[in-house]
Amino acid sequence: MVLAEDLALLRDGLVRLLTAHGCDVVAAVEDAPALEAALTDPTIDVAVVDVRLPPGFTDEGLRAAIAARARRPGLPVMVLSQYVEHLYARELLASGEGAIGYLLKERVADPAEFVDAVRRVAAGGTVLDPEVVAAIMARRRASPLSRLTARERETLGLMAEGRSNAAVAAALVVSEKAVAKHISSIFTKLDLPVGADDHRRVRAVLAWLREDG
Amino acid sequence: MTRRAPWAATGRSLVLVVLWVPCALLTVAALVGLALVVVGAGLPVVAAVLPGVERMARVHRRRAEAALGRAVPLVALRPPDASGPGRLGQVEEDARRMTEEALGRPLGAGEARALTGAEPFRRGWQRLQDVDAWRLLGWLAFAATGGALLSACVVLLAPAAVGALVLAVVLPLAAGLPWGWAAVLAVAGLLGGWAWWRHGDALGRLRAAADAALLAPGRQARLEQRVQDLAASRSQTVDHAAAELRRIERDLHDGAQARLVSLGLTLGMVAELVESDPAAARELLDEARSTTGAALRDLRELVQGIHPPVLADRGLSGAVEALALDLAVPVAVGDRLPGRPPAPIESAVYFAVAESLANVVKHASAARVWVRLDAGASSLRVDVGDDGVGGADPARGSGLRGVGARLSAFDGTMVVDSPPGGPTLITLEVPCAWSSPKTSPS
Repeated sequence: MVLAEDLALLRDGLVRLLTAHGCDVVAAVEDAPALEAALTDPTIDVAVVDVRLPPGFTDEGLRAAIAARARRPGLPVMVLSQYVEHLYARELLASGEGAIGYLLKERVADPAEFVDAVRRVAAGGTVLDPEVVAAIMARRRASPLSRLTARERETLGLMAEGRSNAAVAAALVVSEKAVAKHISSIFTKLDLPVGADDHRRVRAVLAWLREDG
Repeated sequence: MTRRAPWAATGRSLVLVVLWVPCALLTVAALVGLALVVVGAGLPVVAAVLPGVERMARVHRRRAEAALGRAVPLVALRPPDASGPGRLGQVEEDARRMTEEALGRPLGAGEARALTGAEPFRRGWQRLQDVDAWRLLGWLAFAATGGALLSACVVLLAPAAVGALVLAVVLPLAAGLPWGWAAVLAVAGLLGGWAWWRHGDALGRLRAAADAALLAPGRQARLEQRVQDLAASRSQTVDHAAAELRRIERDLHDGAQARLVSLGLTLGMVAELVESDPAAARELLDEARSTTGAALRDLRELVQGIHPPVLADRGLSGAVEALALDLAVPVAVGDRLPGRPPAPIESAVYFAVAESLANVVKHASAARVWVRLDAGASSLRVDVGDDGVGGADPARGSGLRGVGARLSAFDGTMVVDSPPGGPTLITLEVPCAWSSPKTSPS
């Protein structure tokens, strides 16, 4: 995998964390030009990229990631940032099918959870930070969302973050069967096509959430 | 133009003709005063006349506003002693001090008045140095002569026309005037009547426009006003900046800083417990982790309030789009900017738009909101509109007032048009030099 982060302290910490969890970091770079060069390597499975990189300290990381996905569709990219911006989430999601992650940097404080998110992205999943999901959900006004129960709404939020049934069940401390029931109820209430795999379902949920309601 | 226009103009002109009497008296007084200035005796006369002239000017200004249907700026005399005690004032002060020292007691009111007999002289002297006083005197000269004639024309046109027509009938019958002359008289009367009917109002307005032009503040007064405005907006800006810094300091102190302190404390306890009670240490570590998250959240909010990262990354239109995305109301963003405005303006306008949008969400219960970013020749213009309930009033809410204050530092303006029942349109405009096409800050 490729890692781009300009703060040496955090970069070293991330390399240590990812290596400890069995990832192979082939390049750990600190600025946008180096990242662009590293992303041309056709063998990488996933890139973990900080949004704000030298030399410009704006959104070079994000742009490099989107450009790389344009060159190599479906290249898994996990974008990290001190801030999550709804606008950037939208651009990332628009850059092709799945394999996209967008998390607050501080989520690395839970190493196991963080590495799991990176793996899900590498496997083609979509992982969005709860903050983004909350912003997107807040945007939908008194729509069919109000017809959901509190539990269903929690389930929807977790699904939008890109979690599998098992992960949702673990987070809510309920059985997987209960989760499946919630999900089918949500899909009925929101009038969504029942998707087969986790990933396509996440896309459906996000697409629904993004519509102007 | 209504059919009553010539009547209204005639009525107004009649008032002005009546006002000619005090104007003429004041003119005479002023002329006498100015003539006597050479021997000094004119100074108190000038000092006494000018406030009267100013009052007269105010009355005429009101008439001119009524005639022109617009606000007419009025030149104003400088308040006495605005420029500190003049040379003569200093002399009096010294005389008073020396007298008091000689007597060894403070002077009574009567005694002091005797000493300050020079006061009217000084005031008159001050007035003579005031450019605006001369402007007023110039206007007075016009009001007492040409202006009055103009108004008299408007008033007399109608009666003169009627008189001419009556005479055209009466004179041939009574005095044997040849009918040819009578026809000339009748034509003159008809012409006069027609002129009054068609152009009476225009003549009245001509007088009003002349008054307005002569009463307008001069360049110096305009500059003084401008300096006053700038001083006010500058002090507002300085206050605002100081308050912002205090707020940031407080937020840091009560937020992230306090959390980091408690983090250090928790980690210290972990170090103590890690050998003896690993389970408790683990619990404390979880706590430390959530404290870190909270500290970061505080900092994020703080930074968002200082300078939103998306504004730095994407400029005004990107940042406004990001704002729009986070609102529960659909917002259409239109951007016709040729490039990025200077950073301070960009930031001020961003927060102004953010505040306006927050207002919409709070009060308007709108179904649709639109933001249009547009560049004038040398300004940046933003329209924030919504189809909500209207009735937004900057004077009532502190939010919109704050927007106005923020923009005034840049000579910007905010106009709120929000009739009850909506729609609301807030227009922000800030002078802004457009230089280059899009450049990213690198």
